[in-house]
Amino acid sequence: MSKVKSLADLRKMKDELQSKVHLREQSDNPEKLVQVKVSMATCGIASGAKEIMNYMIDEMDNQAIEALVTQTGCMGFCHAEPTIEVTLPNNAPIVYGHVDQKRAEEIINKYIIRGELVDGIIPVNYETVKENKND
Amino acid sequence: MAKYKNHVLVCGGTGCRASQGEEIVQNLNQVIEENGIENDVQVVRTGCFGFCEKGPVVKMVPDNTFYVQVKPEDATEIVKEHLVKGRQVERLLFTDPETKERISESKDMGFYKKQIRIALRNCGFINPENIDEYIAREGYAALGKALTEMKPEEVIKEILDSGLRGRGGGGFPTGLKWELTRKVEADQKYVVCNADEGDPGAFMDRSILEGDPHAVLEAMAINGYCTGASIGLIYIRAEYPLAIERLKIAIEQAREYGLLGKDIMGTGFDFDVEMRYGAGAFVCGEETSLIHSMEGLRGEPTVKPPFPSESGYKGKPTNVNNVETYANIPVILLEGAKWFSSIGTEKSKGTKVFALAGKVNNVGLIEVPMGTTLREVIFDIGGGIKDGKGFKAVQTGGPSGGCLTEKHLDIPIDYDNLLACGSMMGSGGMIVMDEDDCMVSMAKFYLDFTVEESCGKCAPCRIGNKRLYEMLDKITEGKGTEEDLGHLRNLSNVIKDTSLCGLGQTSPNPVLSTMENFWDEYVAHVKEDKCPAGQCKSLMQYVISEETCVGCTLCSRVCPVDAITGDKKAPHIINQETCIKCGACYDKCKFAAISIQ
Amino acid sequence: MEIVQLTIDNKKVVVEKGTTILEAAKTIGVDIPTLCHMKLHDTNFENKPGGCRVCVVEVEGRRNLAPACKSECDEGMNINTHSVRVVNARRTVMELILSDHPFDCLVCAKSGDCELQSMAQNLGIREIRYQGEKNKYKSDESPAIIREMEKCIMCRRCETSCNKVQTVGTLSAINRGFESVVAPAFEMDLDHSNCTFCGQCVAVCPTGALTERDSSSKVMDAIVDPTKTVIVNTAPAVRAALGEEFGMEAGTLVTGKMVSALRKLGFDHVFDTDFAADLTIMEEGTELLGRLGKHLAGDKDVKLPILTSCCPGWVNFFEHQFPDMLDIPSTAKSPQQMFGAIAKTYFADQLEKKREEIVVVSVMPCLAKKYECSRDEFKVDGDPDVNLSISTRELAQMIRNANLNFEALEDDDFDQPMGESTGAAVIFGTTGGVIEAAVRTAYEVHTKKSLERLDFEELRGMEGIRSATIDFDGLPVNIGIAHGLGNARKLLEDIRAGKSEFHAIEIMACPGGCIGGGGQPYHHGDVEVLKKRQSAIYQEDKGKVLRKSHENPFIQKLYKEFLGEPCGEKSHELLHTHYYDKKKKTEI
Repeated sequence: MSKVKSLADLRKMKDELQSKVHLREQSDNPEKLVQVKVSMATCGIASGAKEIMNYMIDEMDNQAIEALVTQTGCMGFCHAEPTIEVTLPNNAPIVYGHVDQKRAEEIINKYIIRGELVDGIIPVNYETVKENKND
Repeated sequence: MAKYKNHVLVCGGTGCRASQGEEIVQNLNQVIEENGIENDVQVVRTGCFGFCEKGPVVKMVPDNTFYVQVKPEDATEIVKEHLVKGRQVERLLFTDPETKERISESKDMGFYKKQIRIALRNCGFINPENIDEYIAREGYAALGKALTEMKPEEVIKEILDSGLRGRGGGGFPTGLKWELTRKVEADQKYVVCNADEGDPGAFMDRSILEGDPHAVLEAMAINGYCTGASIGLIYIRAEYPLAIERLKIAIEQAREYGLLGKDIMGTGFDFDVEMRYGAGAFVCGEETSLIHSMEGLRGEPTVKPPFPSESGYKGKPTNVNNVETYANIPVILLEGAKWFSSIGTEKSKGTKVFALAGKVNNVGLIEVPMGTTLREVIFDIGGGIKDGKGFKAVQTGGPSGGCLTEKHLDIPIDYDNLLACGSMMGSGGMIVMDEDDCMVSMAKFYLDFTVEESCGKCAPCRIGNKRLYEMLDKITEGKGTEEDLGHLRNLSNVIKDTSLCGLGQTSPNPVLSTMENFWDEYVAHVKEDKCPAGQCKSLMQYVISEETCVGCTLCSRVCPVDAITGDKKAPHIINQETCIKCGACYDKCKFAAISIQ
Repeated sequence: MEIVQLTIDNKKVVVEKGTTILEAAKTIGVDIPTLCHMKLHDTNFENKPGGCRVCVVEVEGRRNLAPACKSECDEGMNINTHSVRVVNARRTVMELILSDHPFDCLVCAKSGDCELQSMAQNLGIREIRYQGEKNKYKSDESPAIIREMEKCIMCRRCETSCNKVQTVGTLSAINRGFESVVAPAFEMDLDHSNCTFCGQCVAVCPTGALTERDSSSKVMDAIVDPTKTVIVNTAPAVRAALGEEFGMEAGTLVTGKMVSALRKLGFDHVFDTDFAADLTIMEEGTELLGRLGKHLAGDKDVKLPILTSCCPGWVNFFEHQFPDMLDIPSTAKSPQQMFGAIAKTYFADQLEKKREEIVVVSVMPCLAKKYECSRDEFKVDGDPDVNLSISTRELAQMIRNANLNFEALEDDDFDQPMGESTGAAVIFGTTGGVIEAAVRTAYEVHTKKSLERLDFEELRGMEGIRSATIDFDGLPVNIGIAHGLGNARKLLEDIRAGKSEFHAIEIMACPGGCIGGGGQPYHHGDVEVLKKRQSAIYQEDKGKVLRKSHENPFIQKLYKEFLGEPCGEKSHELLHTHYYDKKKKTEI
C-alpha cells in the first residue's frame, strides 16, 4: 500500500475501502435502504435461491443501488420458490414468487428503481405484514 | 477484492478472548471452508461489544443477529444453519430476563437501547488490526481536515466549543488543557496518552485501545498539531498485553501509510508515537506520577503547579489526556462541536463510557449520553439487580468515588451532579450493590485497595489510609467502639484535606459517603454488634433450633472443625468458640433448623 | 522583579513572586512548623517534597489545605496558619506519623536532638488516637552508619542529600504505601552498596533513623584496660564545633577545653591530627611539585591535575564512580591514617611499646573516617593503624557521661611531639584549606622564596566550585576547589572529557568541608552555623605563630630522625596508599 500523501488521497482511499465495512454500516440502518430477503430453506435452495441471491447482489451493486440483501428461512411459500421479499424505504414489504433471473431483473429495473409493481406478487397474510412493520 | 455477502463479527476483546473467542474464530473459519462458502463469508475479529456478561458475542451481518455466550462447538451450527440455510440459531439468541423472549437484534435489547456509542463507535464494528477498515470509517479524516483545512487555534476552539471534558476523572475542559500547552513556548513538547487505567473493574480504556487503537493515535496527532508537539507517548500498563499488541500493529500500519512520521499528508507536519510501559500502579494514573514514571523515576506525584502543560515530561510542556478523551476527538472534528454539544447536559457534553459491574444482570461496558440517570443505567441497561434482590447502593468513580443510594437514582449523571452528591465521575467505574452487601465492608474493600496503591510519599495518605483500614477492619470484626466512628470521620476529613495528590484527597470518600448514607449500619456494628446485611462473619452466628432439629447428625458430619455436637435423634448444638462460620451446616440442613443470628 | 501582596494571619506581607508561603511567613516572624522541608542556603541542598504535610495552612477560597513549603504566594492570598482546621489537621497528621514510630525515645541516640520529638512536644501531643500496625525493617549496621528505618518518617532529606547534592545515588524510596522506606537498591546493606559514608544523610536526618556507629564505649574499654596505651588525636574541625554540643555559640573555638576534657577522660596522650595534616602537606605538596615538574617537562605518563586525597568520603566516591581515574588523586594517606602510621611506628618506638599495646583513637567530624580506619590496607598483621574513630558528637557524649562541666574547664595544651601543628594544618577543616596549606608550602619549596602574603582569600568561601590561579613566581598554577560530591563530579567529568585546565584540585565530600561533616553537631538546617565554624578555623590559623607546614619543628625533626625525605622510601611505605576499583564490587 502506498503512502497517504494528502487529504484528497485519504478521501479517495476511503471511498475505495468503503466496501470493506459497507455491509456492516448498511445493516445498522436497514430502514433507509432497499431490503431484499431471499428465502433460503431447502426448497428455496433446491429451486435456485442461491443463484438469485447472488444475481440480486451483483446486479444492484452494478447499478449502484444501496441495498441490503439478506437470506432468511422458509417463508412458507414452497409452491412458489424461489421467493424473495422486497422492502422499499417507507413501503410495506412485497413478496415475489417464482423469481428466476428474468424476473429478478424486472424486479430491480421496475419495482426497485421505479416503484412499479411487477408480476409475481404473492398475496401475504395479515400477520406477516404486521410482523414486518414492527421490525 | 472478494465481495462478502456475510460478515461474522466475533468479539476479540480481552474478556471474550479469555472465554475461547479465538477458538470460535478458528472453528468458524474451518466450518465455513468445509461448506465452501469462504468467498461469501468473512469472519472478523473486532474489539469489545461491551456486553461482557453474555460473552463471547458473535454478530451476524447483514441481518444483525446477535448471538451470545457462544462456544467454539457452536460454530458448526452457526455456519450450517445461519449462513447456509438462513435460519437463526434460536438457542444462542439473547433472552430478555423479564419477558423471557428471545431477541435477535442488539438494537432491541435493553442493554443497547439507551446507548449512544461515540467513543466506542468502532469497537465491535471494525477489525482493529486492519487500518483499512478504520480508514473506511472516515479514519484519519479528522486529522487530514485539521492539518489541511484548519489552524491549530481553530481545532482547539472546536474542542472547546464541543464542551468535551477529561474522561479520566478530573473533568477538566479538554480544549482548555490543549490551549494551555499550546501557549507555552518550548523547543520540544510532548503529547501523552494516559492508558494507566487503574480503577478496579474499569476497562473502557483497554477496550478502546483493543477495539479502535487508530482513533487514539489520530487524536494524539491532532493534539500534536494543536500544541506543537512532534512526539506522542502512550503510557500503558504492562498488564494489557492485547491492547499493547494492537497498538503496536496500529502504529506500524499508520507509519506505513504515512499517517504517522514525517510530513503527514504532505502538510509538513511531523508526528510519531512511542509506547511506555507502566507496572500497574494506580497512582501513576495521576499525571505528575505518570510523567515521573516515564522518566524512569519512582512513580509518585509532585505538587502542582507547575502543571505538565508548563513543565511535564523531561521538563517540557506536556499534554496529558486519557484514552477515552482522545477517542472522542476525531468524531468531534468530523461531526462538529455543535453536534457533540447537543448531546448531554448543560455542563457535561457528549457521552460517557461506564464499566457496569457488581450485582446487576447485565455486567459490561456501556456508553450513554451524559444526563442519563442511574436508574436507567442500572435497571434499563443493566437489567436490574441479580437474583431479584433489592438495590442498595452504587459506587461510582472507583475507589476515589462515593456511594450513592436509592435517593440518587433519578439524578442525571454528569460531572457536577455526581460531585454534588458526594461521589465523582472518575474514570467511569460503576459497582452496584444489593441488600446483602455490608456498607462498612464495602468501604473497607476500597480502603484495602488505596492502602495497597498509595505511593507512600505523603504522611496522611501513607499512614492515614492504613489506619482507616484498620479501624474499619476492627468495626467489621465487631471490636469497634462509638469513639472509633468519631475518629474515622475526623481522620477521613484530615486525609482529604492534607494529602498531596488526588489519590489521598479522595481515598476517604467511600468511608465518608457510606457514613453519610448508611450511618445506622455503622452504629449497628459498634453498638449492637450486628451486621444488618449479614456479611460480616464475626458479627453473626449459626444457631440450631432445639425444636426443629431432629438429630439427623448431618450437620455435625459436614462441620470441618467439629464445632457441632449432639446425640443421634437429639437436638444438636454449635460451639460458637470453635465455629468458623463457613455455613456448611446451614447449607446441608434438610429441616431448616439452622438459622443465622 | 514581580511583587505580590498577600495577608498571612491578618498581617500584610509583600514578597517577590515565587516566594513560598513558608518563606513569606518567616518574614513576619511566623514560623510554620515543618518536618521534611530543609533548605541550606548557599549550597544546593533544598528538600521540599511536600510529604510530611505538617506545614499545611488554610488559603481562603482553596478546597483543601495547602502545604506552605511548596505553595507559592499569589496576589491577594489570604492565609491562616493556625485556624482550628489547620491545627487539627497538623496534630492529626503528627499523630499518624507517631503512630508508626517506635516509642523508644528515652534510649534513642537522637533523643534531645530529634526534630520529630520536639515537634511532638511543640504540638503538645499527649495521646495517639490512631494506633495500628507499625513497620518493621531489618536494621543495617555498616562500619560508619546505622540505619534504623522504623524511625524513618519519609522526609526524604537523606535522599536529596545522597542523590541531588552528593550525586552518589545510594538512597532512594522503595516499596509502596505504608511499607515505603528509604533504602539502598534491593534493600541491600550500605556496606554492600556504593555508599561513600560521607554521612550527609545522617547530618540532615530529623529523627534517629540514620545515626553513626557509636564507638565511644569501646574507647572507654581501651582507656580502662591497663595493658593499653591510648592515644587520641583530634581533627581541626572538631574544635570549631564541639562547643555547640554544650550550648556554646556556634563558631566558638574550644581547643583548650577539648584537650583538657580528653585528658580528664583518661587518654594517655592527647595529640593533634593537625600534626599529621602538616605531614600530609609535606607529602602531598612534594608530590604535586614532582608531578607538575614532570608534566611541564613533557612527560606524558604523568597526569594532571593532582587531586587531594585526605577526605575518605571522596576517596570512596571516586573508587566507586570513577574507577577509570584511580591514578589521578594523590597517593598520600589522609591525616588520620598518617597519624596512625606514625603513632604506631615512630612514637611507639619512643614509648618502647609494641604496636599492639597502643590504641589510637581519633576524634573526627566525619563518619567516613570510621570506615577508612577499618580498611585492610591500613592494618599491619590485622592491627589497624587507627583503632577507633569517633565523631564530634560521640566525644561530646563521652564528656557528658563523665559529668564534666565543659564550659568551666581550664584550657590545656596538646602533648608533644605529635601535638605541635601550624596554621596550615588547622585550615584543613574547611573547604579550600588543604589546597591553601599546600600552596603555602609548595610555593616556598618551589620558588625558594618566602611568601609575603599567607591569606589566600581567592581560595576561600562557600561557593560549591571555586577556582584561582596562583602565581608561583612566574609559573601560573591553576587551582580548583569543590566541596560536596555533586560539585566534585562536575570537575571529574571535565577531567574525564579532557576539558580540565587545573593543575591541582582540592575536593571535600561534605558541603563546607569537614566543618560540615557527617559527624558534627547537627546544624538543623541553619547554614550560618557552618559559616561561623569556618571563620573560627581561619581565626585559629591567624593566631598561630607558625602558619606553614614545613616550618613545624616536630615535622622537621620527624623527617630528620625517621622518615628521611618527603616522598622518600620510608614515606612511601608509611604515608602513601593505593586505590581500588569498587564499581565491580557493587555491580549487580
